[in-house]
Amino acid sequence: MKALYLAVIRFYASSIGKKMIVALSALGLLAFLLGHLAGNLLIFSGPDALNAYAAKLHGLGVFLWVPRLGLLGLVGVHIMATLHLAAQNRAARPQEYVADATLRATRSSRMMVLSGLTILAFIIYHLLHFTVGNLHGFHDDNGAYRLADGSMNVYKMMVVAFGVWFNSLFYLVALTLLGSHLSHGVSSLFQTLGFTTPRTRPLYTLVGRLFAVAICGGFASIPVAVLAGFLK
Amino acid sequence: MNLTLKVWRQKNRNAPGHLAEYQARDIPVDASFLEMLDIVNERLIESGDDPIAFDHDCREGICGMCSLTINGKPHGGKGGVTTCQLHMREFQEGQTIVIEPFRASAFPVVKDLAVNRSAFDRIIQGGGFISVRTGSAPEANGTPIAKDVADRAFAAAACIGCGACVAACKNASAMLFVAAKVTHLNSVPQGQPERDRRVLGMVRAMDAAGFGNCTNQYECAAVCPKEIPADAIARLNRDYGTAAIKEALVG
Repeated sequence: MKALYLAVIRFYASSIGKKMIVALSALGLLAFLLGHLAGNLLIFSGPDALNAYAAKLHGLGVFLWVPRLGLLGLVGVHIMATLHLAAQNRAARPQEYVADATLRATRSSRMMVLSGLTILAFIIYHLLHFTVGNLHGFHDDNGAYRLADGSMNVYKMMVVAFGVWFNSLFYLVALTLLGSHLSHGVSSLFQTLGFTTPRTRPLYTLVGRLFAVAICGGFASIPVAVLAGFLK
Repeated sequence: MNLTLKVWRQKNRNAPGHLAEYQARDIPVDASFLEMLDIVNERLIESGDDPIAFDHDCREGICGMCSLTINGKPHGGKGGVTTCQLHMREFQEGQTIVIEPFRASAFPVVKDLAVNRSAFDRIIQGGGFISVRTGSAPEANGTPIAKDVADRAFAAAACIGCGACVAACKNASAMLFVAAKVTHLNSVPQGQPERDRRVLGMVRAMDAAGFGNCTNQYECAAVCPKEIPADAIARLNRDYGTAAIKEALVG
């Protein structure tokens, strides 16, 4: 057991080990994004479908904390390892070039820390917005956002929240940065975990871009549909 | 042709450096970049000034000794050539050229543009070799190797260890160098007995030397004078992951 513990420590201490931990935690977060999007898109099937899905999730009670804590752990590990790597990267070149040139690196690859930290700020806002906070009076005692059986009217919550244009605008900006993060991150994941070969590299680059467009387009469709008056 | 040079001058490892401006007049267009610096240095010596220190040896693109970051691009950024094979006809009349050393904390400046790249030697000592005595060249068909494997190993073995990958990397990472050496030796049958020990040892030596971490931006492959592809890094990651798991489970 101690040998295994030491092996994990040694793995994390290595550059490639930390990168693999970033990639593996990202895999879990990508799975969550897909699930979260699939659930949210139920809004287009009408209030009943979305509210039934939300009631089912809340029905898990204490067990809802298992995926919640898991996600929190993944986010924590992903950020800790990346910040550690970024600090080492800074230390590896104390004197910057006077004339700096970029030949091949994409813009999204160069702003991973910035896009990542913006997404973190967005996640905190997002949780305060819908889950914890009371900006729109979702959690008032008057029951304006509750259904007859006492469960939350999530459909109404989303339509009211995204009806505020600056709120939707902030969501769209955050989603654009998420797309940028994913377009580099997803293709990088295959490289870091060692799956990329000369033949598959173009495929993985394409998968990264398609994934980014699908996730961001999917999520963005909801505030856009509300603002356009399609969802009421 | 006439050029303005802005050259990094630094007395030694610990002294602060600065860019000094020089006028390079009447440079033949067919001169190599290093020959241009030779001409500038001769004039500096004639006028009693300290010549610019820079590394060079074979001047035919195979020794890995020449370096220089030219306008922010190691070896000039053409890809597939070293600085010694870069010619002045690639530049414009009257152009200003900024010349800096390969910058990385693992490559401390010795003087001006010359840096100490012995961190690469320490990485090789970590496992970039085969420990059996192989004697003289063996009979060609004694150990059959598939054509694609031989091609891959040979392409990786073309690495001359110049360090341009480190210089070009946004994080001063040595991953392309290590990947080339690991791909070369871990592909051929002679390298199999030590493949796990090799990759673990070389990556640990790389980390200990203070290089940065790969962020999959492939600036390294864009400047590599031997055009080592970034796929070698995926192979390095795969070999390292497998070896680390084996080490954790079996010891």
